This record gives sequence, structure tokens and C-alpha cells, in this order.
Amino acid sequence: MAERRAKAGRLFNEATVETIRKGVKQWEENVFMEHPRMLPESKSDFQTASGIPLKPLYTPADVKDADYADQGYPGVFPYLRGVHPTMYRGRTWTMRMFSGFGAPEDTNKRLKLLLEHGETGLSIAFDMPTLYGYDCDHERAHGEVGRCGVNVSSLKDMEVIFDGIPLDKVSTSMTINAPATVLTCMYAGVARRQGIPMEGLRGTVQADMLKEYIAQKEWVYPPEAHLRLVRDLMVYCTKRMPLWNYISISGYHIREAGSSAVQELAFTLADGFGYVELGMEAGLKPEQFAPRLSFFFNSTMDFFEEIAKFRAARKIWATVLREKYGVKSPRSLLMRFHTQTSGASLTWQQPLNNIVRTTIEGLAAALGGTQSLHTNSFDEAWALPTEKAVEVALRTQQVIAEETGVPNVIDPLGGSYYVEWLTEQMEEEAYKYFDRIESAGGLLKAIKSGYMQREIAENSYRLSRRIEEGKDNVVGVNKYAIEEKKPIDTLKIDFKAQRSQIQRLEKVKKERDEAKVQAALAKIGRAFEDGDANSIEPMLKAVMEYATLGEIVQVGREAFGTWREPLIL
Amino acid sequence: MEHRIRILVAKPGLDGHDRGALVLARALRDAGMEVIYSGLLPSPEQVAQMAVDEDVDVVALSLLNGAHMTAFPRVKKQLAKMGGGDIVIVGGGIIPEYDKPKLLKMGITGLYGPGSSLEEIVGHIRERVRKERRGE
Repeated sequence: MAERRAKAGRLFNEATVETIRKGVKQWEENVFMEHPRMLPESKSDFQTASGIPLKPLYTPADVKDADYADQGYPGVFPYLRGVHPTMYRGRTWTMRMFSGFGAPEDTNKRLKLLLEHGETGLSIAFDMPTLYGYDCDHERAHGEVGRCGVNVSSLKDMEVIFDGIPLDKVSTSMTINAPATVLTCMYAGVARRQGIPMEGLRGTVQADMLKEYIAQKEWVYPPEAHLRLVRDLMVYCTKRMPLWNYISISGYHIREAGSSAVQELAFTLADGFGYVELGMEAGLKPEQFAPRLSFFFNSTMDFFEEIAKFRAARKIWATVLREKYGVKSPRSLLMRFHTQTSGASLTWQQPLNNIVRTTIEGLAAALGGTQSLHTNSFDEAWALPTEKAVEVALRTQQVIAEETGVPNVIDPLGGSYYVEWLTEQMEEEAYKYFDRIESAGGLLKAIKSGYMQREIAENSYRLSRRIEEGKDNVVGVNKYAIEEKKPIDTLKIDFKAQRSQIQRLEKVKKERDEAKVQAALAKIGRAFEDGDANSIEPMLKAVMEYATLGEIVQVGREAFGTWREPLIL
Repeated sequence: MEHRIRILVAKPGLDGHDRGALVLARALRDAGMEVIYSGLLPSPEQVAQMAVDEDVDVVALSLLNGAHMTAFPRVKKQLAKMGGGDIVIVGGGIIPEYDKPKLLKMGITGLYGPGSSLEEIVGHIRERVRKERRGE
């Protein structure tokens, strides 16, 4: 695809490259190869975390075909060097810490604390019953209410979470997928109660159902049904909530599930193209919705590979959108992304070491040009984080932003022979995966047959074996391990949330107008049955009547059925 | 010849975090055990049913959603009710230190977290089967 662009000119001329090539050969034979006789290399295979073999040294000879047009300038196609012309010189990344636990009151308190500490965007974690669309009083919710996120059963809970937080002054990211339509309606509902027009609401719902089947595995209905709901959300928000980012296309969970950086990059972008096609099939122009698609990546420990991944991602997205889907408006070609440091990289052994890991991962995200960042807390391999641990995590990225000088120059690693070579490798490997997905019958078919799921499980086992065999080292785990007894204090969540949530839900059900609720639910059912209808407006009406999350999701179960995953093992 | 250990790897609850369970299932298979995987989202009672139906020696429970203090004991209780009280139960996931004594007292052992050695887990399971199921 690159051939169609005007060339800026090769970075290195033929003669220079030839001289360097000879120089490298001489160096290898006379200096490098001589040396190991005294000090052998410490490993038999040097490779990136994705398994890309590494040479000892990179020079212009490794990027000899590089044309500067492929890298370009910040804010200019193909955006390899950054999506904004000024990047962090204009404004550093948004510091967005994911939080939520217990009852809505607990989360309201934590959100206010974070705002006080200088956080600039809210991000809400929900508990498992909410994520799977069960109310707190459902049998399946027993023991899980408020355990790893906040519980939301009705609009009332959302009113409490955002009590005293004016929704026109903040942007809110909600990590919710299967019931994303319902939670979007609830957020709009809170705004309506606060007297704020929904046109001005800023925020994000994840609503990336494709990666649910690939990695996070929190679904309710079969893939086609969930995609139809995502389509409804795209169409509705494009018209009514123009600042709402309705899909956050997520590689984070793909990576946490055990994928490599290459797989994270390839599967996430493939999902992204899937949503572009979904929007186009619904009659929207990519220019109408592409600016509302954002991405969410992982940043883990192979520092340079992560940076290369971020750079390659921007370029692939812009290139494919322009060349394959004919998108012209520059605004629609920008890949904006949120990054979270890797939870899976945290160890329960010697947990304070996790502060160092998070720092390195956060730094990679900044060098990769992220738009927002969540830094994990050091105690998260043990439990949900304490306030103290969250504060250290937020301070970690504040130190990177304020003290290191990293934000002063855009894409400061651009031009590193190694980073440029690795960026190209990531790009090439991603395109190979696009072809493999195509051969597996296209995205939806590949997902339904479990192709990506198996690829990830294989890689995850490979990584575990490498640590087990000492090929990869994790400090405190398979190297420098020590006996330790309860090294930190952790957050304890009591079961009060379950009781108080059930009480509130009972009260809500007693006080609402039951006839109106039932009528509103029936309307949602009719919208679900009609494939051409849009289900968001009826859902918003039902939410405002205090129909519960569980009731609305159940209407869908009756219309669409449920889903059982393909066999992965 | 030694009887092969039959083991059910299960996630008894609303929890899609299956990385650990899938890695463990492969490791147990490589260690020569017969592995059955529950798939996602069974209830604790359904997990107990599977264990009895499949006539396993061991149930390995994995949860990373914080619900282990309710879900693990529910599996144990249901197993006892269904005549599977002699099935060995081990567990793992994100299990805070303060929850461990209670689970251990119930005979739910292991309680491994992220970064645990697969070899150690395999060894622990073999040891419990040897002592409790083979009467050694």
C-alpha cells in the first residue's frame, strides 16, 4: 500500500548502506565474535516477547528501504509519529484511573478522591453481575455484588455514583460491554436528572463485543445479536450523543488473556475494521463515525516491542481506512488510544516491585504516544487496590509527565534503527494475521470457530513454559525469589454492598410505576424482534422509568437466546 | 501401572478470566493427567454435578473475580451432598491472604495466585491424590 504514496526519499543512499553493511560484517567477525570467547552470550536465543528473533545490533542497513514518507510528521498521514501536531507539548495524556467497587456510595467517594488528586477523567469498573447483565438480587449474583467493581442494577445506582459530580464538567469512561447500551442510557438518564443535555456528554463505553468473544468472555447473547446492539448504539449516538465514544476497541483484554504484542495488534485492528464495516452496513459514512471509535491497548514489559506496537497501530489504522474503506477526512484516520499497564505482569511475590514494572510500562505508553493512561497499583495481584496504592500509581504517571522530560519532544524514539525496524516487523506480522483471519473465513467466522481464542491460549501456554523453564525471567518469581510473609496490607471488601444494593433495588421496584415499566420493556422487546428497528430510544425510556438492568437484558435473552463458547482446549 | 489422575478444571461463577485455567489445563495434560475443562460460566452447583458425572479425582477451581469465598464452599457443599465428598478440591486465582485460612480449613488447598510455578501446582495435586485417593 505504501507504493501509492509519494516518496519523500530514502533515508540512506545505496552507497552509504553498502559501507555500513560491510562495517557491520567486519564488526561481527572481528569484534563481536571474538568477544564471546571470553564472555559467552547469556542466552541461546534473543527474541522479543512476541518471539521475533533479535540481532545484537541494528544499523541503517536494517532499515535501508525506509522512506521518510512512511513515517511522516505528527498529525499528518500515516500518523506513525503521533496523532496530534503538538502531542504532549500541547497537553500531556489524560490520567484516567479505572476504579469502582462495592456499593455506588463507595465508588462515588473514590471518584471524588481521584478528582481531588488531579485526575482529569473518570473511569468506572463494574462488578461481574453488572457485566453479565444480572441484577444484584439474582441467584447468579450471589457473593459477587461489588466484589471487583461497582454494582449497578438500576438508574438509581448511577444517580448515586455520580452524585455531586456534574456530568458536563467531566468525561467518563465506562468499562462495560454486553450491557453497554443500557449503561449508556443510564448515563444519559443521570444527565437528564442533572439537567444537562445529552448532546454535550463526553465519555466512552467499551462496547467492544468482538474482543469479548476473543478474550474477555463476558457476553450474554450470540455474536450477531450483540453486534446488532452495537450497531444501534452507533447509529443512535451519531445523531444524539455526538461526543460519546461508543466503542473502545480493546486489545487490553486480548493481551491479558495471554496473546503476544503481535496478536494484540492484529486482532484489535481486525476488530476495528469489523466495526467500520458494521457502521457502513448500517448506512453511516465512515467520516460520521470513525472519529468516535477509539482504541485501548495494553502496555507490558517488553519495552521496545510495546513502543513499536503503538507506532505501527496508528499507521496500519490510517492506511487501511484510507486505502480499503476510502476514508478521506484526516480526522477520521486518527487512531486515538487509551493505555493501561499490564495487570498480568504484576506479581504477588515482592509486590513493591510492581511499582517499578508499572513505571516502565507507563513510560512505554508515553513514548508510544498514548492519549490517556491508567497505571496499575502494586497490590493488584493480591486484591483490589487500597487508596494508598492507587495514589502511588497515579503519582507514577505524574512523575513520568512532570519530571522526565519525555513529553518535551514528539516521538523521541523515532529514528532509532532498532525501533524503526521493530515497528516495521510489527506491521508486517499484523498484515500476515489479517490474511490468516481471512483464510479462516473472515472475522466473525474465525471468532465463532475459536481461531483467535486458540492462538491466544497457545501463546499464553508458551509464555508460561518459558518462565517455567527459565528462558524468561520474572524477578521475585523464578529469579531472586525469597521467603516472605504477608508483605503488604490489602483492601478488604465486605459483603455489605450485597445487602444494601438489594434493599435499594427493592425500594426502587416498590416506588416505580409498574405498568409503565412493563409497557417500556415490551417496547424494547418489539425493537429487538425487528432487525431494522433501533432499540436505544425505547431502552432510554425504560431506564428512566427505573426498569432494571437485569430486566432489560432478560428481554434480550428471550429475543436473541444465549451463547456457548467454542471448545478452546 | 499407576492410575491416571482425572481432574476437572473449572470456573464456578461469572468470571471470564480463563487464562490461568487454560494454562493450568494444558500443564496438567502435559503432566499426564486426564483433564476436563468446565468451560465458562457454570454455577458452583453445575461444577459439582460435572465432577460427579465425570467421576474425577480432583476439582481445580479458578476464580479471579473475588467471589471465591462464596463459590468455592458452594462447590464443596454440593459435592458432599451428591456423594462426591471424597473428591479433592484445590483452588486458585486472586485469593487474598486473609481468606486463605478459612478455605484451607475446608480442605480447599493450593490457593495459588498469578506467577505460581506450574510444577509446584502439579506436585501439590499429585500429593493430595496420592494421600487421599490412593490411600498411601
